[in-house]
Amino acid sequence: MSSPTSTPGRKRARTDNPSTPSNDAATSPPSQRRRGQDSSTGELPPMPTSPATDMLSPAVPQDTSLFSSPRHSVLPSEVDMSSPLMYGTPSSRVEGTPRSGVRGTPARQRPDLGSVRKAPQVDLHSDLPNDDGAAVSDGQNAGQRLVIWGTDVNVGTCKEKFQRFLQRFIDPNSTEDENAGLDLNEPLYMQKLEEISVVGDPVLNVNCGHVQSFDAELYRQLICYPQEVIPTFDMAVNELFFERFPDSILEHQIQVRPYNALKTRNMRSLNPEDIDQLITISGMVIRTSQLIPEMQEAFFQCQVCAYNTRVEVDRGRIAEPAVCRNCNTTHSLALIHNRSVFSDKQMIKVQESPEDMPAGQTPHTTVVYAHNDLVDKVQPGDRVNITGIYRAVPMRVNPRQSNVKSVYKTHIDAIHFRKTDEKRLHRLDEEAEQKLFTEDRVQTLKELAAKPDVYERLSSALAPSIYEHEDIKKGILLQLFGGTRKDFSQTGRGNFRAEINILLCGDPGTSKSQLLQYVFNLVPRGQYTSGKGSSAVGLTAYVMKDPETRQLVLQTGALVLSDNGICCIDEFDKMSDNTRSVLHEVMEQQTLSIAKAGIICQLNARTSILAAANPVESQWNPKKTTIENIQLPHTLLSRFDLIFLMLDPQDEAYDRRLAHHLVSLYYQSEEQLEEEFLDMTVLKDYIAYARTYINPRLNEEASQALIEAYVDMRKIGSGRGMVSAYPRQLESLIRLAEAHAKVRFSDKVETIDVEEAKRLHREALKQSATDPRTGFVDISILTTGMSATARKRKEEVAQALKKLIQAKGKTPAMKYQQLFDDLRGQSETAITKELFEEALRALADEDYLTVTGKTVRLLA
Amino acid sequence: MPSTHDWINNPLGVVPSLNDVPLHYLKPNSLVRFRCLIQDMFDPEFYMGAYETVDPSTKVLRCGKYKDVTECGVDLNSRNTVTAERQTFYCVPIPGENPWVKEISFSLAGSSQARVVPSTSYVPSRQKRSYEEDDDMDTQPQKQREPHTGMSPQSHTEPHGNGDCKRQETEAPSSQTTSASHLDLNFPLPGEKGPSCLVKVYEDWDSFKLNDTLEVYGILSVSPALSALAEEKDASSSLLDPAECMETAEEQRVHSPPASLVPRLHMIYAKPLPHCNPLLPSAALEDNSAFLSSTLSEMASVRTELLAYLTHVLLGDALAAEYLILHLISSVYARRDVLPLGKFTLNVSGCPTVASYTERLYQIIQQLVPCSYRLSMSLQNMNQLRLVPKKDYVANRLVSGALQLARNTSLFLDETQLEQGQLDTTGVRNITALGNLISWQKVDYDFNYHQMEFPCNINVLIASEGRSLLPSDCQVHLQPQVAPPQMEEYLSAIHMHPQASSQLNKFRLYLSLARTLDYSISDEVTKAVEDDFVDMRKDDPQSISAEDFHRLLVVARLLSLSLGQTSLSRDSWMRAKHIETLRRSRTEQQQQCVNGNEP
Repeated sequence: MSSPTSTPGRKRARTDNPSTPSNDAATSPPSQRRRGQDSSTGELPPMPTSPATDMLSPAVPQDTSLFSSPRHSVLPSEVDMSSPLMYGTPSSRVEGTPRSGVRGTPARQRPDLGSVRKAPQVDLHSDLPNDDGAAVSDGQNAGQRLVIWGTDVNVGTCKEKFQRFLQRFIDPNSTEDENAGLDLNEPLYMQKLEEISVVGDPVLNVNCGHVQSFDAELYRQLICYPQEVIPTFDMAVNELFFERFPDSILEHQIQVRPYNALKTRNMRSLNPEDIDQLITISGMVIRTSQLIPEMQEAFFQCQVCAYNTRVEVDRGRIAEPAVCRNCNTTHSLALIHNRSVFSDKQMIKVQESPEDMPAGQTPHTTVVYAHNDLVDKVQPGDRVNITGIYRAVPMRVNPRQSNVKSVYKTHIDAIHFRKTDEKRLHRLDEEAEQKLFTEDRVQTLKELAAKPDVYERLSSALAPSIYEHEDIKKGILLQLFGGTRKDFSQTGRGNFRAEINILLCGDPGTSKSQLLQYVFNLVPRGQYTSGKGSSAVGLTAYVMKDPETRQLVLQTGALVLSDNGICCIDEFDKMSDNTRSVLHEVMEQQTLSIAKAGIICQLNARTSILAAANPVESQWNPKKTTIENIQLPHTLLSRFDLIFLMLDPQDEAYDRRLAHHLVSLYYQSEEQLEEEFLDMTVLKDYIAYARTYINPRLNEEASQALIEAYVDMRKIGSGRGMVSAYPRQLESLIRLAEAHAKVRFSDKVETIDVEEAKRLHREALKQSATDPRTGFVDISILTTGMSATARKRKEEVAQALKKLIQAKGKTPAMKYQQLFDDLRGQSETAITKELFEEALRALADEDYLTVTGKTVRLLA
Repeated sequence: MPSTHDWINNPLGVVPSLNDVPLHYLKPNSLVRFRCLIQDMFDPEFYMGAYETVDPSTKVLRCGKYKDVTECGVDLNSRNTVTAERQTFYCVPIPGENPWVKEISFSLAGSSQARVVPSTSYVPSRQKRSYEEDDDMDTQPQKQREPHTGMSPQSHTEPHGNGDCKRQETEAPSSQTTSASHLDLNFPLPGEKGPSCLVKVYEDWDSFKLNDTLEVYGILSVSPALSALAEEKDASSSLLDPAECMETAEEQRVHSPPASLVPRLHMIYAKPLPHCNPLLPSAALEDNSAFLSSTLSEMASVRTELLAYLTHVLLGDALAAEYLILHLISSVYARRDVLPLGKFTLNVSGCPTVASYTERLYQIIQQLVPCSYRLSMSLQNMNQLRLVPKKDYVANRLVSGALQLARNTSLFLDETQLEQGQLDTTGVRNITALGNLISWQKVDYDFNYHQMEFPCNINVLIASEGRSLLPSDCQVHLQPQVAPPQMEEYLSAIHMHPQASSQLNKFRLYLSLARTLDYSISDEVTKAVEDDFVDMRKDDPQSISAEDFHRLLVVARLLSLSLGQTSLSRDSWMRAKHIETLRRSRTEQQQQCVNGNEP
């Protein structure tokens, strides 16, 4: 073990910013060196300059000589600031922002920045820089201006840079929804200011990514010294705003809210180096506290002379004035609560989102303080991106003991919330869901996509432990990608379903469940239910009384939860009819209508369904049709794009391959397998990327090919008087073709996509819609529940019966039994009673005869 | 640091273990070890890695590592303060650890721990100590989860024995009413005892996973200041700073419990425990070839003895005994996407319901495996027990459940206890959780807003009368060779002659060793096995499905391992096929029997 003194050196010590060994130490003894408006509000004096912050002087090395000139102006101001007498006159409140136009609008305190006072900036007196050019090349000239304590931020330069950013920043490629309706070729933030002047909501959200691309140095300062830089930004934006819109009236001055700081993405990677810096993390809100009124400014009144004074709360403490300044009475001042100023504060607990967590660990949580109008912006369960300042505060000093718990408490002062799932229930918000892909990752994915056999590769990477069933895997792969979403609501048809539904049926023990489990584990928003265990309510939504608030709350079920994902339903056949009936709406309209306990609504359930069903007789009966085997209503079956049979093929070559596969599954080492198959994470990313960024459209040839394919499909049947395709099948084909184009990362659906879609569709049909009597593919098995041959046979019998009756001549009435016997005698095939009755009914439908009791009467 | 590793590798008798030695016998700030399971992971915390004292005359830099409390006033403004990060794990003794493991590891370490009383007695003493310390703490409710566990004989020999009893009498009822709020040490299994620990990890905490079993070497910190700090906070500070309200009383209690109850352990070194059998050296077996070769040669003979013993226990059914051995040495050795390989859940059906047979069977298993738990699947248990761990956001911790178990724990599900009746929501959820555990070897922990999947490796043995309602890899119907009238007598005889402990130790070593062996299969045998499968299918495709073949491969693997063979031989394959055929014919017979009786 290393000695104790050397250990801390190895820790992640806070090595602060560009640290020139501070040459300001001489000017300010440590006791005074409180960093202007240091960290958070809630603690007691021996104030840490938040753990080990090194106080830095301006990072200009040669300026010791220059430093001396303004020093005189510095020291007094520093003394003033720390004097209790000065607390009542923070510059921000009294002066407002110095520019003229701002004067009418009150500034609003920003507890989110840790203090209400403005930074003790050193050069308050200097006016806006006169020479623009000099300010740009700040290296030499900045030395003449002073900076905020402990930072290298020069207020003037910073302000000017930010104003330039606001005036000039253009992002022609912006896709953010917030910028909808703005002219992308005009300066973005000027338009936003204009919006503020119209709407009157004095908050300017600034994307840090924009700042970074515009001015990396400014961005660095913003990240490192948010506490100083953001008020500067505030000043800058207010000057600019009131210059431009001098007449607009705002509730308070505009506040800048930066978001999307790239510093930190993941809660897990927060470390001591992030303290006091601007960070953005994503997570899920798990708890919110009650609203806490926090005193910002105490109001004191002298009991003797009624003289009023205000004292600002400094880090949770009120320095009660001992002497009345007016009448010099001691201890005469009393706090008047209802004239003090309070601000709202709320504590929010945020937990790491499940996606960010490494396997086998529990999620981390972080405490976030929200202030003022950010209070109650988020609810438990929301997914949010939080931008804020990371704080660390030592545990309270115990008054009785000299020992201190050597642990800090950490929290984030929130500056900006961005809900990531806000719009999910209302409309598609692909952008909010998009995973961030690194350049490298995108490159690998694109390389993979460029390979000619990417389709085969991906499908074999899907559930490698399950043997063969290549077409089924391909079908599921296409389901994972999904078609392109189309909106026909203007023409009255609403949304077109883009999701592909698949049904797997087959013998028990053919690893259907395993396939479902795999898919469930693969997709981010997957749900897995078993038909036996789920009720209609569990699938859709139910209304529950919240035990605490006694409010009715709508709880969503599996189908709604898997919106934009896949809902895997095992033992589909065991589901009760009642439950299954809710699927009708979901599988075509992709919505769920709920009318329960006074809550009437329609929820989106754009979910793909992957279902598995066992045959009724436990073993698949090849002599029966699919419908007869699984006993599902054909109305439901026709909603599945692909229906696959998973059967034991029972031939020797297959058995051998299967045996080999299984043995190697058990005895191959990990490495061997890794080589053979794609990593699951790559597959995940590939799918996520394609789903987000690729929206293929049909090109001319492909549409022709689709038309031909459809016509062909209908022709096949028409030759034998059968219909083998319906418009639903055409839609399926389109979806499959689109999905296949997505697999190739192609924006166009081309003929090869249609070919594959056709092939897969045919394969599935061959398996599931083959008429066991004739061996032909017959789609009507799935659409009407009866094969066309069976229907044809029925018609034939009816015709034979009609002939028989006609042959009998003009007998208006006949005995039922006799007619049946005659028909049986005449026909060479066996005629059952059912067939005979059906024939009679068919003829009755033609108004040829009626059946009353045991007699058959002719009508014509 | 090679020198430190020497004593870590051979620590016996040097470093006292928290598992064996009562807390109050251990010196604060001394080096101790603790055999434990990571039950929960708290948030990382920032601490003063180095700090300067406030007294200007003796300005010294001090190190804050491996300590909870600073030594004297801290100059918080000092520029030399270094902030560092550490992680806290909540660790509990390995759940379901059987008494023999405790005894043996205690006796192995025994020589130098002369001063300590037997390990079973430390609970009461510790409990009393905490009362003495916190005499004025009326605000702190009951600490002991189960007051009655403390009533072991030793507690009466203590001078305060009487007072202790009285206190327990008065407090017992209150502990039931306030059970939700009092300090719950959060053991996964009900009725567990032992110290739990807050382990502070300084390095490389990402390498640890929830439910890992470790032996932690670290510095014990029981500074009373820790609990004092927490108390005062409750009392006064909430007025000063309303923001403190967020840290609720529950959270406070969980994250900084009194150090006398939950000591802090500052980790210096942690040794992962692949198994917790003290008879088997914990070092990798490859390094210990002498030991390995000597035991391997004995394995076949030990197996015969064990088989005879288990046959006797299973009422003379040798086939069931054979399968029980296979089950006991099974372990998930790999996962292929979602499929866990190597699991072998056994369903012993046809258990006699007389004379609490299943309970006796469990007692035998308890004697053989290091960790086990018997879950009686009574309707009440299923509807009330919490099997799946759940995140409690109020206290900000993971509330443990009975399925939070260490790897290779034997879970004995007693389905004979299940009666007709209605399962409520919890019951259905519990059954589903058990089903998931068996099929996929994973438990979905409940995080309220979402579920998180934790893979596990638990040997599930289901004892039932008919076929179990839970899925299983393999079902054996028990065919007792004992006539029902004599059953009672026979059963009581099982316990009459308990095996000599040396014999038992042999069995224990055998089972743990067989589980850790490597296994391979040569190309030649692969070919033969494949041919076999094809041939079997050719004759009758119905006779063997892919699923049967899966099982056959697992049986063959376990059978080879149980014989001490590390690769599959032709003989073992044939033998595996043979016992599978026997088992299947027995199951079919049983089914026909049932069907025949129906009309």
